[in-house]
Amino acid sequence: MNTILYYPGCGVADQARSMEKGAREALTALDWEMQEMSRWNCCGTVYSLATDDLMRHVGPARVLARAQDAGQERLLTLCSMCYSTLKRSEQFLTADRERLDRVNAFLDDEPDYRGGLRVVHLLELLRDEIGYEAVQERVVRPLQGLKVAPYYGCTLTRPRAAGVDDPERPTVLEDLLTALGAEAVATAERVECCGAYLTASSPDVARRRAVDIARAAIAGGAELMITSCPLCQYNLDTRLAEARGSSDLRVPSVYFTQLLALALGGDPAVEEHEIDPLPVLAARGLSVEVKA
Amino acid sequence: MSAELEMIRVYIMGRAYEVPAGLTIMKAMEYAGYRLVRGVGCRGGFCGACATVFRRPGDYKLYADLACQTTAEDEMYIAQIPSVPAERAPWKLSELEPEENFILALYPEVARCVACNTCSRACPQELEVMDYIQAALRGDIAQVAELSFDCVQCGLCAMRCPAEIVHYHVGQLARRVYGAYRAPQAGHLAARVEEIESGTFDQELDTLQQMSRDELVEAYRKRDVEK
Amino acid sequence: MADQVRLSKVALSADFARRVEELSGQSPYRCYQCGKCGAGCPFAEYMDLLPSQVLRLVQIGDERVLDAGAPWSCASCLACEVRCPRGVDIAKVMEAVRLLSLRKGRTPFAVDEAASRRLPQIALVGITRKMTP
Ligand code: SF4
Ligand code: SF4
Ligand code: FES
Repeated sequence: MNTILYYPGCGVADQARSMEKGAREALTALDWEMQEMSRWNCCGTVYSLATDDLMRHVGPARVLARAQDAGQERLLTLCSMCYSTLKRSEQFLTADRERLDRVNAFLDDEPDYRGGLRVVHLLELLRDEIGYEAVQERVVRPLQGLKVAPYYGCTLTRPRAAGVDDPERPTVLEDLLTALGAEAVATAERVECCGAYLTASSPDVARRRAVDIARAAIAGGAELMITSCPLCQYNLDTRLAEARGSSDLRVPSVYFTQLLALALGGDPAVEEHEIDPLPVLAARGLSVEVKA
Repeated sequence: MSAELEMIRVYIMGRAYEVPAGLTIMKAMEYAGYRLVRGVGCRGGFCGACATVFRRPGDYKLYADLACQTTAEDEMYIAQIPSVPAERAPWKLSELEPEENFILALYPEVARCVACNTCSRACPQELEVMDYIQAALRGDIAQVAELSFDCVQCGLCAMRCPAEIVHYHVGQLARRVYGAYRAPQAGHLAARVEEIESGTFDQELDTLQQMSRDELVEAYRKRDVEK
Repeated sequence: MADQVRLSKVALSADFARRVEELSGQSPYRCYQCGKCGAGCPFAEYMDLLPSQVLRLVQIGDERVLDAGAPWSCASCLACEVRCPRGVDIAKVMEAVRLLSLRKGRTPFAVDEAASRRLPQIALVGITRKMTP
């Protein structure tokens, strides 16, 4: 059994627990285990884009320092937002000794962060280390005939230097779907933002984005979308369901980890959705039970 | 034993005073002539009324502690904080849904935490204040209740937080909700209430009420402590 | 969608452009106004100025950009950043404009309490950070 240190993040620890359950089930089937950090704090969710607020890097630095102090060389994330914020802060700190020293001087209640920890997204672990071929070999319930639109959103691939794949032509989700026996559907909106945190300030913008994304998915022939971020998932489920005129656009979304768990014979941990994915799965002979 | 008291110099609210060594900050202030009508309560480290900040010579750090529990040191710079201005968000226990993000709705500033840990460093109870704020952020009220249990509501964390969070109100809210909706109910308590209400002890209570003082004392002495 | 921008002689300040440059780490003068950023921005249709117009106002030092709504419709999604032929990270310029606007005491909107009860905390942390000067 291989183990890897794991940072959940607030979303995954709370309303997106099904994302984590799916990942655990799937990794168990692949002889891997995620070990949650014993203490962790919020990454800040949005990477600071200003030059004058080192303070915003303190949260990520604390996480990185603790992971490194636990004797690890890398840290696994599931949520794309956590991935990006931690990864970019890591790059920002490691790139400049002086910056790193200043943050360490402030963080005098933690072991120093020495730089160089690798922040890894689960998709990278699956693709680069476990390998999609090995994943394919373990598939016990192929997702035959299931037409899935991967939805990348932003932080998984942008900016290029901190992305898991090409920002304009990513394939990491399509390739995974193929390995699971599903049919990956190309859509025009797969890398275009869902509105992210604007869902809090301008819910209507998020609703209209969700409608555009769902319309593109349906145009491509998709019956299901997959996400790698609890905020994308919220916008594509709740905001889509709320949007006026979306009644013929009710294409459900699940986390990629849930489909992975399902194909590997585990429990996809489907909880309550606004747009229920179960009928779509059942129609493809993939009936699952909902956990209360 | 020397007849002379060993004296130290402390600066209280910006003024120098000579006070005997070994006193608490609170006693040092009183020795210096302050009559404390605010910023004092139990004198035992429980009420949280005596929040105080201080610096030590040659040290850039601003320390925070309870005046009744901290020994005054030579050359200490001391200021008392008799009251921490903070608003307790209006809430009614019966109207809160534990499934919702009610902490963030009532105290949205919790989302501003930058994980600097300044609050934990300020806490005289040595609580992991940052961790309970982080738990509040992720909606883990059981963890907030657990980690904030020993809070004395002194407010020092709130005075130091760059995100302007009022930690102790957040902790209190989580403990109340946890207690009301989440904490396991004590089975033996419910069973005993049931017994009382069904009259199991009525006769014994009546007997006790009839007894004289001496009889009561006698019965008390003879009671079976093992039972 | 945006109207045309009227250039005025008032309130133009090279200092302002420099301040944005410092805060964003991006030189606004690299931009040659090709408009590719706005063409691909999923939020352009909700903006009062296109991203390239925001950059233009910064270039000429027009502080009225601080009152624009566009930076508040930007979700920092970086679609523009990966596409800009001049390598300008426009999202950083947007962030700088937001911050300078906040630091002048402007508050673009409030998040309503009832709605926030149902929102994922990552959305609330995100918007709160964007609203913190
Ligand atoms: S948590 Fe805050 S209010 Fe409570 S004891 Fe610690 S410093 Fe005082
Ligand atoms: S002092 Fe405030 S910002 Fe810093 S860790 Fe504590 S709650 Fe968070
Ligand atoms: S006086 Fe009560 S804690 Fe100090």
